[in-house]
Amino acid sequence: MDSLIKKICAGDVRLASRLIRDIEDKIPEAKAKIKKLYAHTGKSFIVGITGAPGAGKSTLTDALITELRKKNKTVGVLAVDPTSPFTGGAILGDRIRMQKHAEDEGVFVRSLATRGALGGLSQAAGDAIHVMEAMGKDIIIVETVGIGQQEIDIINHAHSVVVVLVPGMGDEIQTMKAGLMEIADVFVVNKANRPGANQLQTELSSMLNLASKNGAGWQPPIVMVGDAFEPAAFTEKTAELAQKIEEHYRYLRESGKLTERMHRKALAEINDALSFCLLEPIIEELTATGKLEHFAEKIKSRQADPYSVAEEIAKTFFVKQDKK
Amino acid sequence: MPERKIRVMVAKPGLDGHDRGARVLARCFRDAGFEVVYTGCHQTPEQIVAAAIQEDVDLVGLSCLSGAHRALFPKVVELLHGKGADDITVIGGGIIPEQDFQLLYDAGIKAIFTPGASLESIVEWIRTNIKPH
Repeated sequence: MDSLIKKICAGDVRLASRLIRDIEDKIPEAKAKIKKLYAHTGKSFIVGITGAPGAGKSTLTDALITELRKKNKTVGVLAVDPTSPFTGGAILGDRIRMQKHAEDEGVFVRSLATRGALGGLSQAAGDAIHVMEAMGKDIIIVETVGIGQQEIDIINHAHSVVVVLVPGMGDEIQTMKAGLMEIADVFVVNKANRPGANQLQTELSSMLNLASKNGAGWQPPIVMVGDAFEPAAFTEKTAELAQKIEEHYRYLRESGKLTERMHRKALAEINDALSFCLLEPIIEELTATGKLEHFAEKIKSRQADPYSVAEEIAKTFFVKQDKK
Repeated sequence: MPERKIRVMVAKPGLDGHDRGARVLARCFRDAGFEVVYTGCHQTPEQIVAAAIQEDVDLVGLSCLSGAHRALFPKVVELLHGKGADDITVIGGGIIPEQDFQLLYDAGIKAIFTPGASLESIVEWIRTNIKPH
């Protein structure tokens, strides 16, 4: 096992990708490996890229990789795409936009399918980030699945969050809504050559001006990125985006906000681990013994309510430690 | 016990932009319950192999309609072996004349599907022959 950890820390892509797969497939040994790996994590800067399907997340990620590589930073990318609720299959197509970096050994792109997770990531995303951190990637970009208004699990995993918007998705009220609009550290108005981009920029600015000054010190910038098929202007804008992200990271470190975000991440990690170690084994056993079906029947026929059932399950699985 | 999900990659090597067939297959594999990494057109064998290793796929399906399969398909297998990734199976498809089959089999391509092959037969081949890593 220790040689495996050593190899992953030395950057072995095959073993790293296999471990990520073991986590995705919930192979029991994967948990033990992550435990060993954990001490080697926590040093990377993690950037989340989120936004609606087709907004340009993968194309921007590709451009960011280019910028980061100019500065000799090593990059890990986790790109999440949706799993079919019907067949369990998935098309993982984010790589298409990033293939020019395929042979660059400083870049490791790994696609993940959501496998039923609803927060914009996959359940394995947190540990997949840990694996890439252990590999020593300077920066890890986590591209969420195309999202709507409130699939914002990314805030529990990333230090900086980039929200990618495109013109033509609704009026000013949309920018006032809770959820997605609140989590951006940097906004991108992508495809800004299209009609409505300036209006969107104005709406975002006025929304940001109204934002509570709680945590002032950072006003999310709005980067207007135009047509990706006009390389010169596009590169100029994506370089600006890379710079804004870097500025935000500097702000996080200097203001002490980074510690706050690491704390939030730690709490989320405990939550995930509790679910994995406590809830999932219980559900698994109840399913295997047929008890889950039995409880469902009782609830269906109103012989029991879900809370009483949960309490009864808790009584059989947990024995309270007496303090004496 | 947890069940391994089959991961496959569909790739188009070389100067060939005709990817309708590859897209239909990617979609068909999705519907079969596989996780499908699709990398798009104009890939070099080196890019395909690097992506296959990064994605830890069980199988690479190469599609080629340009006639360059004799050079490109064997190159993918050779590079995978060079990287110690010979556990990744390579199959091919596209416009491939029958007289080339043996050359490709000898080079390590495990199966070839040409126009007329049913989607079901390809999925069936994968289910029978691919044991997830």
